[in-house]
Amino acid sequence: MTRRSRIFVHAFTAALLVLLYAGASGQAELRIDITGGNVAPMPIAIPALAGDGPNAQTGRDIATVVSADLERSGLFRPLDPHSFIENVSASNAQPRFPDWRQINAQALVTGAVNAQSDGRLRVEFRLWDVFAEQQLAGYSYTTTQQNWRRIAHIIADEIYKRITGEEGYFDTRVVYVAETGPQDKRIKRLAIMDQDGANNRILTDGRALVLTPRFSPTAQEITYLSYGSGAPRVYLFNIDTGQQEVIGDFPGMTFAPRFSPDGNRVILSQAENGVSNLFTLDLRTRRATRLTDSEAIDTSPCFSPDGSKVVFNSDRGGSQQLYVMNADGSDVKRISFGSGKYGTPVWSPRGDLIAFTKIDGGSFFIGVMRPDGSGERLLTRDFLVEGPTWAPNGRVLMYFRQTPSDSRGYGGSSRLFSIDLTGSNQREVITPQDASDPAWSPLLR
Amino acid sequence: MHKALSFAIGALLLLSACSSPEQPSPGGPQATGGPGGPGGFGARRGAPGSQQELEASAGDRVFFAFDQSDISPEGRETLARQADWLRRYPNVTVTVEGHCDERGTREYNLALGERRAQAVKNVLVAMGIPASRISTISYGKERPAVVGSTEEAYAQNRRGVTVVN
Repeated sequence: MTRRSRIFVHAFTAALLVLLYAGASGQAELRIDITGGNVAPMPIAIPALAGDGPNAQTGRDIATVVSADLERSGLFRPLDPHSFIENVSASNAQPRFPDWRQINAQALVTGAVNAQSDGRLRVEFRLWDVFAEQQLAGYSYTTTQQNWRRIAHIIADEIYKRITGEEGYFDTRVVYVAETGPQDKRIKRLAIMDQDGANNRILTDGRALVLTPRFSPTAQEITYLSYGSGAPRVYLFNIDTGQQEVIGDFPGMTFAPRFSPDGNRVILSQAENGVSNLFTLDLRTRRATRLTDSEAIDTSPCFSPDGSKVVFNSDRGGSQQLYVMNADGSDVKRISFGSGKYGTPVWSPRGDLIAFTKIDGGSFFIGVMRPDGSGERLLTRDFLVEGPTWAPNGRVLMYFRQTPSDSRGYGGSSRLFSIDLTGSNQREVITPQDASDPAWSPLLR
Repeated sequence: MHKALSFAIGALLLLSACSSPEQPSPGGPQATGGPGGPGGFGARRGAPGSQQELEASAGDRVFFAFDQSDISPEGRETLARQADWLRRYPNVTVTVEGHCDERGTREYNLALGERRAQAVKNVLVAMGIPASRISTISYGKERPAVVGSTEEAYAQNRRGVTVVN
């Protein structure tokens, strides 16, 4: 095992957030209403942030990352920089709004990158309403040179928040399983990347089969399944140290782990003698508490964001369906009643919905329903789609899609996709290798 | 004499496996290429007490219906032969692997694979093999025996495999 593989996660040392200038208070409403279905993306101009010398390149790079984040959300349409009339040179100057109105930009981002005497970067940006000729937001950030991508994601989050009224999700990471090799001898490794696919890193060496990684609420630890000790067991992986350890002292197999919202416990399944039941494991005392005692398969448990409830799937009623119970295991209620089988329920960070995998009529679906089981909506259907995970704002889901394979092993590729809660804006999340079992981190700050 | 006889039994079993309606076709141990490799059925008997010998003389696996863990009558016959074989080698211990096809969710299939492995173990124990000689492990849908997204492949992948430790 790579007990001490060096994982570089730079502590984010930014001194953050100096409010540059509060925009005129709340009446100017440049706003995207994202409660509906297909919205027309808002045209936004994001010229390179101004900067001298090497900072000019950083300013261009930041603008590129901000544009890509906003474009991928499906809610914004960054305009081609070649169409820009005004050459913005300083972020504090009032833009020439008619120049931006002429190219139909509704919003404009200006900013600057400066190196401080200590070598750190000072990045500032302002968001403008082109038609109202008002500043909507303005912040500056100070950080190390290598953190420029995170600054870009934080800026994109601020823009998203100011215009949609909801928290962003760009300053996040995704942990997943990177896959290589033939279908019957698949090599699987834990991998982590920024939400946009940058900074992809492989975390485990592939000697042990690993599955289903999930972030802790601080995004510093991952709980996952590994065959590293021979038998399948739930492990913890510390991202800072690279340390891997088995958790819990259970007979039989442990699997399907997820953190509790406070990060102090892991909820998991334990299988023995043909039945699988749910337990929580306190990470401080290492004490296990049984939640279910059925003769069935109870698995894929997930806490509600307030920690008061657990959703899971069980075949106790004869087929695989979703159930909700209190966090102490009491008051179990079935919530899925549609046709087919339901699995991998995941509670939205907003608490209002539960995403799931559904198998019906030979197809797989990703869908959502309310925690009482009402309002089921299927977002996507394919040969095999599985394992939804929520962006921290509860607006976007990621999952994996596997294509059919033939008898010679061709096909069978597995890739990550994201989709809006409305079912629109389905996109592949580009990974260097095949990928499965994605899990989205909370916002990093 | 003994050797020739058991070879004849092995050949007979192959025939019955192929003709059985419940066995996935093209069924039988040679299609699955376990540790014994794809060699001829009687050609590689393997050392006494070895995996190859288990495969040749008893068959190393049983198959399951979709989302089920019941042992079929044919599977029970295979396990009876495995039990006979295990009685011949009282020092041999085995691990029963439970496997699933790809048409289920990953975590549910891990649990289903464990249930299948346990079902095989329970039958062997009922046939008199000490539970202490049999451990179980589930691979869910992670290790298909046959590649391909076809019903034929799925039928061969829903299996319990007895592996000599």
